[in-house]
Amino acid sequence: MSVLVIAEHDHRRLFPATRHAVFAAQQLGLDVDVLVAGCDCRDVAVSATALAGVRSVLLAEAAHYAAQTAENLAALVAAQAGPYSHVLTSASAFGKNLLPRIAALLDVEQVSDVCRILSADTFVRPVYAGNALATVRNANAKKVLSIRAAAFSAVEEGGNGTVLEIAASPDLGLVEVLRRDRRDAGRAELGLARVVVAGGRGVGSCDDFNRLLTPLADKLGAALGASYGAVSAGYAAPDLQIGQTGKIIAPDLYVAVGISGAIQHLAGIKDAKIIVAINKDPEAPIFKVADYGLVADLFEAVPALVAALG
Amino acid sequence: MKILVPVKRVVDPCVAVRVKPDASGIDASGVRMSMNPFDEIAVEAAVRFREAGVAAEVVAVSCGVPASQEVLRTAMAIGADRGILVETANELSPLAVAKLLKAVCAEEKPDLVICGKQAVDDDANQTGQMLAALLGWPQATFASALDIVDGRVCVTRDLDDGREALRLPMPAVVTTELGLNEPRYATLPNIMKARKKPLRVVAPGELGGEPSVGVMTIEWAEPPVRRAGVRVESVTDLVDRLRAAKVL
Ligand SMILES: Cc1cc2nc3c(=O)[nH]c(=O)nc-3n(C[C@H](O)[C@H](O)[C@H](O)COP(=O)(O)OP(=O)(O)OC[C@H]3O[C@@H](n4cnc5c(N)ncnc54)[C@H](O)[C@@H]3O)c2cc1C
Ligand SMILES: Nc1ncnc2c1ncn2[C@@H]1O[C@H](COP(=O)(O)O)[C@@H](O)[C@H]1O
Repeated sequence: MSVLVIAEHDHRRLFPATRHAVFAAQQLGLDVDVLVAGCDCRDVAVSATALAGVRSVLLAEAAHYAAQTAENLAALVAAQAGPYSHVLTSASAFGKNLLPRIAALLDVEQVSDVCRILSADTFVRPVYAGNALATVRNANAKKVLSIRAAAFSAVEEGGNGTVLEIAASPDLGLVEVLRRDRRDAGRAELGLARVVVAGGRGVGSCDDFNRLLTPLADKLGAALGASYGAVSAGYAAPDLQIGQTGKIIAPDLYVAVGISGAIQHLAGIKDAKIIVAINKDPEAPIFKVADYGLVADLFEAVPALVAALG
Repeated sequence: MKILVPVKRVVDPCVAVRVKPDASGIDASGVRMSMNPFDEIAVEAAVRFREAGVAAEVVAVSCGVPASQEVLRTAMAIGADRGILVETANELSPLAVAKLLKAVCAEEKPDLVICGKQAVDDDANQTGQMLAALLGWPQATFASALDIVDGRVCVTRDLDDGREALRLPMPAVVTTELGLNEPRYATLPNIMKARKKPLRVVAPGELGGEPSVGVMTIEWAEPPVRRAGVRVESVTDLVDRLRAAKVL
């Protein structure tokens, strides 16, 4: 029995979420291998060998892995999965897109968003927007698991695994990727950030979202996030959305500005250590979960907070 | 061109469910049920293609208990032409649903399947991708824009750090993101009309049997409750408390 973790990367660097998935994999108490599929991405494989406890890094390089499409990657992983009892990815957009396709090719079920590993076949996952925690037993021959990165630590460096080159699977040619727009990764990654500042519909406009929240995020060294209210109004990009159907975060400090606190939003912030809410409505549901609630007009409170932080 | 839209009956997303005191499941007695919101978005997208003359027919399909007929009627009130209920009282996993949907696809031969990205009860986010794999079709998940141009599907997908534009041949599977569209309200005349649209009920046996389920929930628990903390008086008060809590 051993575990295969599928690495997420941009062909140059390994994404942090993978380090959390490797940490989770090690809790299974089995040997852990990492699969890196990409294009000119040997550096990524080498950095994966340095993760503590990683046995081997399977490296598949081909031009048709450049776009990281689920069709080609799933075919590769399904062909490599034979020796493994467990196949893991992080429950990122990448993992959510890819992993069910792998599970179906292997004819096994998947357990999504695992937040605790109790044994090699028993896992805890949130359901109903995090309003319930289900402990599931997985009787499938292979366990296919997506890992909620924020619920696990990142594995340390210090490994000395080896890179094994493996053959690429044929290009299925099913999908054309016409364009890929990546947001500048200048700011901390939202899903794993230690501090998050998020704005909601109450912020009122895209200009104010940036004008008010960016200085606060800068002062706090925070990642920027948003409610779906702010995303749907066009104040913030969709990849900033926090919640049941957006990103799940677990920062030390979460500051919600002009966010009402709908069930779906709260699903994404339940594991924040400290929640601060700034809202002018004293009845806003966000105050029911906030450790520190400030009833105030955000247009005055946020600049004052920036000033007070010095 | 024919579009198939899988729709699931779920606990209404506005309801905060509770775990039964004996930890045996969710207390769903008397809880309002509705169509999974992502599936409403999928139905809306499909109906717009029919209204634009791009699609000839929109078929809604649901797998589940007899009451799932209600969500098929809702889909038909939005504008789906007919409904299929694969009726079973058993728990279905996303893989089991995908296998039943594959069998429906073998009969219906749709050109496009539009699923929701995620059912808001199990929060699995699996079924569309699994169906695409079982059929050997291309997939475009988390679509925030969707068009059909020269017989190909053009999708903008939302990613963790941006977005990408894909083009896929048909048949294909697409899953919907919240921002794809704003589903219309079903009007009373359309709700009345939907009652007369064809709704076929099939047993899993007619589709080759009910797939087994290997992932079982053995225990349900409430998450740790968060309680309201303190109301701070001012921004300075807030900063002092955050300093005291050592998060600044
Ligand atoms: C299937 C589904 C999935 C969803 N997934 C998500 C998700 O993942 N994440 C998510 O966030 N939402 C999600 N939603 C949407 C969610 O239900 C809410 O609609 C959304 O979170 C509301 O966003 P909001 O709090 O910004 O807006 P609102 O609810 O409109 O709240 C705005 C708040 O701003 C306050 N405000 C206004 N002006 C000021 C001011 N000047 N100063 C201070 N406060 C002010 C108001 O008092 C109010 O509380 C989902 C919904 C559905 C149906
Ligand atoms: N029982 C079901 N009947 C019909 N469609 C379903 C069912 N379960 C899931 N789906 C479809 O698959 C999508 C994703 O569901 P899930 O993988 O369970 O999160 C849903 O939005 C529906 O489009």
